[in-house]
Amino acid sequence: MNTIIVDPKHEPPGLKGEGFFATKLSDVVGLARKNSLWPLPFATSCCGIEFMATMASTYDLARFGSERMSFSPRQADMLMVMGTISKKLAPALRQVYEQMAEPKWVLCMGACASSGGIFDTYSVLQGIDRIIPVDVYIPGCPPRPEQVLDGILKIQELVQNESFRRRDTPEYKALLESYGI
Amino acid sequence: MENKEILDNKIQEKFGASLLTVGQDFDFPVYEFTKPEIKNAIAWMKQEQGFIYLTTLCGLHFPDNEKSREFAMMYQLHNLVANQRVRFKTFMSREDMQLPTIIDIYDAANWMEREAFDFFGFTFEGHPKMVRILNMEEMNYHPMRKEYPLEDLQREDKDDKFFGR
Repeated sequence: MNTIIVDPKHEPPGLKGEGFFATKLSDVVGLARKNSLWPLPFATSCCGIEFMATMASTYDLARFGSERMSFSPRQADMLMVMGTISKKLAPALRQVYEQMAEPKWVLCMGACASSGGIFDTYSVLQGIDRIIPVDVYIPGCPPRPEQVLDGILKIQELVQNESFRRRDTPEYKALLESYGI
Repeated sequence: MENKEILDNKIQEKFGASLLTVGQDFDFPVYEFTKPEIKNAIAWMKQEQGFIYLTTLCGLHFPDNEKSREFAMMYQLHNLVANQRVRFKTFMSREDMQLPTIIDIYDAANWMEREAFDFFGFTFEGHPKMVRILNMEEMNYHPMRKEYPLEDLQREDKDDKFFGR
């Protein structure tokens, strides 16, 4: 487990002087998006409990700009899938993903969501990446809150550095196409 | 005479040849009935003997049994006043997995019968909604039958050598 070092400056490259800072608009947008991610928790089992600890005061996800849980997919930026997803639940998860507005990112927490985990059985989806694209996987069964924070920092890195309109890139379109979304 | 013996005699007297065996699995009295008579037996137990509570019902699959006794349906009844429990069983073959519904006796049987249909393929005549309840609707087999594997066969990350598949 690496120590999480949050750089207090975190500023994109630009021109700085007394009382002003000039940089590209896309960098400013990236910075704003990164620090105001609204998570949509899709918690189905024990990983969800660990996520609640991540949200509570000791670990406090709000420090990273995710104060507000968005329980409506329409306003959410980051889908957090935490726990076992049964095959019967898969269409619901997919619909939630489709209802989210671009730009959107997916965080896949724990062994069950990532690969089916110990539930190697006919009724459990063997990894959510069979139905929706995933940006960051967090290993563990369940992962500790520090790992969840690490995963969210990885998502933030993506959010800051990705192109301004990722949804227009051919790679992204091809990715969604491969999932039939 | 103990409660069980009294009940044994009553059931024997009432159902005679339809009662095939009387047994005891650990602390649980088990009665095996012929298939046409099992619903009457359950109804009689509720109306006359005070077994007002259906604890559970479920299917059973014995792939090693002879063909005519491959599948079984099991009902557990509870007399809450006397705190007495019984288990009723009836055996059947793979081709003959129809049973009468017992919803008219116990409302609780509704979802349990759907579950037995979902996992084993029993069908219940007179059931108002004989469709899958727990598994996804697209599933095209009954997964608790022993001929189907437990594992999800689409999974690639497990090496058969290490996971005993």
